[in-house]
Parts: sequence; structure tokens; C-alpha cells
Amino acid sequence: MATHAIAIRNLSKAFGDNVVLRDISMDIEPGQVVCVIGPSGSGKSTLLRCVNLLEQPTSGRIWVGADEMTDPDVDIDKVRRRIGMVFQSFNLFPHLKVLDNLTIAQTKVLGRSMDEAKKVARHNLERVGMADREGAFPSQLSGGQQQRIAIARSLSMDPELMLFDEPTSALDPELVGEVLAVMKGLAAEGMTMMIVTHEMGFAREVADRVVFMDGGYVVEDGHPSRVIGDPQNPRTKSFLHRVLNPMVIEPEDMHPDGLRDAISDLAP
Amino acid sequence: MTTTTAEPARAGMSRRQRARLTRGAQYAVGLLVILFLAVKTDWKSFSDSFLRLDIAASMWPRLLTEAIRNTLVYTLLAFAFGLALGLLLAMMKLSSIGPYRWFANGYIELFRGLPSLVVLFMVAYGIPNAFPGFKFPGDFFGMVTVGLGLTAAAYMAETIRAGIQAVPKGQMEAARSLGMSRGRTMFSIVIPQAFRIVIPPLTNELILLVKDSSLVYVLGVSVAQYELTKFGSTFLNTKASPTPLIVVALAYLAITLPLSSLVRALEKRFAQAR
Ligand SMILES: Nc1ncnc2c1ncn2[C@@H]1O[C@H](COP(=O)(O)OP(=O)(O)O)[C@@H](O)[C@H]1O
Ligand SMILES: [Mg+2]
Repeated sequence: MATHAIAIRNLSKAFGDNVVLRDISMDIEPGQVVCVIGPSGSGKSTLLRCVNLLEQPTSGRIWVGADEMTDPDVDIDKVRRRIGMVFQSFNLFPHLKVLDNLTIAQTKVLGRSMDEAKKVARHNLERVGMADREGAFPSQLSGGQQQRIAIARSLSMDPELMLFDEPTSALDPELVGEVLAVMKGLAAEGMTMMIVTHEMGFAREVADRVVFMDGGYVVEDGHPSRVIGDPQNPRTKSFLHRVLNPMVIEPEDMHPDGLRDAISDLAP
Repeated sequence: MTTTTAEPARAGMSRRQRARLTRGAQYAVGLLVILFLAVKTDWKSFSDSFLRLDIAASMWPRLLTEAIRNTLVYTLLAFAFGLALGLLLAMMKLSSIGPYRWFANGYIELFRGLPSLVVLFMVAYGIPNAFPGFKFPGDFFGMVTVGLGLTAAAYMAETIRAGIQAVPKGQMEAARSLGMSRGRTMFSIVIPQAFRIVIPPLTNELILLVKDSSLVYVLGVSVAQYELTKFGSTFLNTKASPTPLIVVALAYLAITLPLSSLVRALEKRFAQAR
């Protein structure tokens, strides 16, 4: 197993009676960029959160590098240092200035000296184009800036791989590009990345591999030109059709009342 | 907007003009009431008994060097103890371990329900009675700290618990993803944010404690240990005038009003950091 960046075997996850992930197995290789797409509620976030054990799998096993996350005796804090995680809602620490957001885990978790931690932090702020805002509080920054800081915060821990859960979904449209540009740069540097996203253009251009999920299953898994460019499964086709043509309403997708509402919304 | 909308043309006034008129009327009524009371008050008799400057002067400087000082010392000791114990109880209450939660719940219910006076009395006389030979560290100050702090802790625990729960779950997740342990996350990330949230309600606890410190007399205090209320009431007895009451009341305000403005300043300072 030691050769895979992430190895997932027969992973299932249920919240009570609600089965969210069904018998998922996949390997992600070092340096690979994998985009996970699929309709809302299909289990994308849960899959990502199982990888760093923010959710406890119901069954199945997960390895990150040589460490088994699902081993009850694993030192979870130690393995998580090597896994960067970027959230939809940024989750910067609002009581700390930007620089302190980037140094706190370095000093408290990795045991780096404050001087070294600041050096690493400033280097990473530069990488995301935020070198001039190290003294700001998160609330003084735009969403796009906050998300870039969050990426720099993860990078400051020198992770082996990074997980992104819809990193641009909470952003105003004009701020999406700056975050995607940073992620594209990381991909070019060879970072192993698992990205839940609705940005199909980004997935086509940057991903080595696209995974389409629906109803807790992995429905398709392959090169973006195939999964996005030439989808085989009807569920993938229907999903992509809706994502790429949001103004088109398929009558069979709608409850009659919902359809009437949608039409009256369009033509008031 | 108010001038152009087609309001019913009552007296030809816009909504804003009418609002201004109503407010003017309210001020006028308030002023009349104050004037009426001022005229009707028998200032001579009131100031002869309640505002005797000579008596007020005789309370100086002990008012400051003993009474106010002791009130502050008792309050701060009890507050510090209550805050530490309250924080511990809050974390027990949020623990995933059942017995911790049950203990914290039991403690909070018990000490919120009992009058402070009873708790203070039990601490001062019940504990030494039950455990002969036990002496509080710090003796009298130890008794005050624990006696007032036990009750304060119950209230603060609930406040702090609410504050911790008000910190978004994503903060814990982000910190844990960076490899921080649960305890490290609590102390470095969650609790600092929770405290910014609970500063206003905690000030309330502090102000209540300022007043609760007047109960310390049940411990049997020496003259040098008098706090404001006890200090005032001895003057009340010897001078046969209620003036000391007014002095003491003003002294309490002199303590609590700056506290309130200190909190406003703190809130403002933290406003951008949340
Ligand atoms: N903490 C949770 N508790 C209960 N149900 C949850 C929890 N997290 C997610 N779910 C449920 O799991 C399903 C999949 O959620 P999620 O993985 O967030 O989907 P996606 O990210 O693809 O939109 C949803 O039905 C959601 O309601
Ligand atoms: Mg999601």
C-alpha cells in the first residue's frame, strides 16, 4: 500500500439509517490531481472528510501513504499534519491575524521556532499572492483572499497531499479565478490533490482524473476528457447537462409544483 | 421618500414630521415630570438626613482604603476562582464522557438553586465542621474565594458553555485538520473565541459578584475586613443618619460603571478580530 498517496478500500459510511457512501474503493497516486464531481448530497464531502477522518467510516479501510487512518491505534494528529484541508467556508481563525493563522500550528504542532514558522508563513503567503496582508484580520479580507490564506495555512505545514471541499463555492463569481489560479499553480508543482468542485472548466484543464459520484456510489472515474467530455453513464450525462446549462429545466427533473414555481420565477 | 409617498394628508405632515412631533411631546412630558418632582421634593428635609456632607466626610479615607478595596479584593478573588471552575465545568458539560456531564449538570443545578448566603455559610462553618482540622489556604481570603466562587462558577459555567457552542464547528475541524489535538484546539482556538462572545454576560456575573461580596459579613469579619455594605451599615448605626447609605450606593456605582465601560472598550477592540 505504501506506493499510493491515498488508498480507499470498501469504504461505507452511514449517518444513522442514511447510507451516504457505498462500498467505495479507489487509489490516488502521488502527484495526481483528482476532481470529485456530482450532485448535491451525493457524498462528495463525506468521502473527502473520511480521508482525514473528520468523519469516522462505518466500514472499510483508508491508507494515507503508509499509515492506515482506520487503524484504531493510529496517531491521528500526526498523520493529519501531512494532509492539508481547505474548506468551502475558509475556516480561518478569526481571532488571529493572518500571519498568526499560519504560524500557530507550525509552532504548536510541528514544534518549529517562531522565527522559522514566520519564514515559512511568509514564503507561503507569497506563493498565494498575499504577502502584503500578513497583519490583517481575516474579517478585513475578501472571500477570495481568505481562501488563499487558508490554502497558505495548509501549505505551511508542508503537506504531502491536499484535500479541497468546494473551495470556490462560497465566493462571489469574480473572486473564483484567483483561488483557482493558486490551485492550478499547486498542481503544476506536483502537489497531490483531491478536489470536490463544480468548476468543470478547471476540472477539464487541471485534473488528471475526474470521479463522478451519485447516491453514494462512484459512477464514473477516468480522464476528464472522457468523464466530462464524453460521459457514458446516463446519470453523469444528466448531471453535466444541468451543471453546464443551468437555465434549461428538464420537465422530468421537476415536481409539477416545483416546475410551475421555476417557470414563474423565470417570467414574473 | 417620506415627502413623495401618498400618506393620508393628515394635517399635511409627512411621516418624518409626525415622528419628530411625537418625540418632542415625549420629551416635554418627561421634563414636566422631573420638574414636578423637583418642585414637590422637600429638599431641606431630604438633604438634612440623606446628604450630610460632614458624615460623608467622616467616612473618608477608610471608605477607599478599606471598604472599596476589600469589596474589590473579595470580588476579584471570587471571580477568578469562579471563572476557572466555571471553565472546567463547562468543558465537563460538553464532554463525551457521561459521568463528567452528570457531575457538571448536578453541580450547576445545585449551586444555581441555593442562595449565595447559604453556600457562604456552609463553606465557612459546614466544611470546618465536617472536616475537623481543615484550614482553607489563605484562611479568611480562601473562605471568601471559595464561598462566593462556588456559586459564581455555576452561573459562569453555563455562560461559557454557551460561548463555546457558539464557536462554529468549522473552527474545530480546521484546527484538527492541521494536526492539533483536541485539547490544544480547545485552548488555542475555541476558548479564545468563546471568551470574546461571553464578555458581556461575564461582566454581568462580575457585577453581580460585586454586590454579592456584601454577604461576606456572615464569615464574621474584623473591622479591617469590612467591605462596602458592612462598612456603611456600621456608620448607619453610629451616626443615626441614612447618609452612609447614599455614600455606599455611590461607591458601588463608582465600581460598576467603569466596569461597564471597560467591557464596551474590550468589545470594540475585539470587534475586528472575530
Ligand atoms: N454530520 C452529518 N450528519 C448527518 N447526515 C449528514 C452529515 N453530513 C452529511 N450528511 C448527509 O450525507 C449526505 C451526503 O452529504 P455530503 O457528503 O455533504 O454530500 P455532498 O458534499 O456531495 O453534497 C447528505 O444526505 C447529508 O444530509
Ligand atoms: Mg459538500
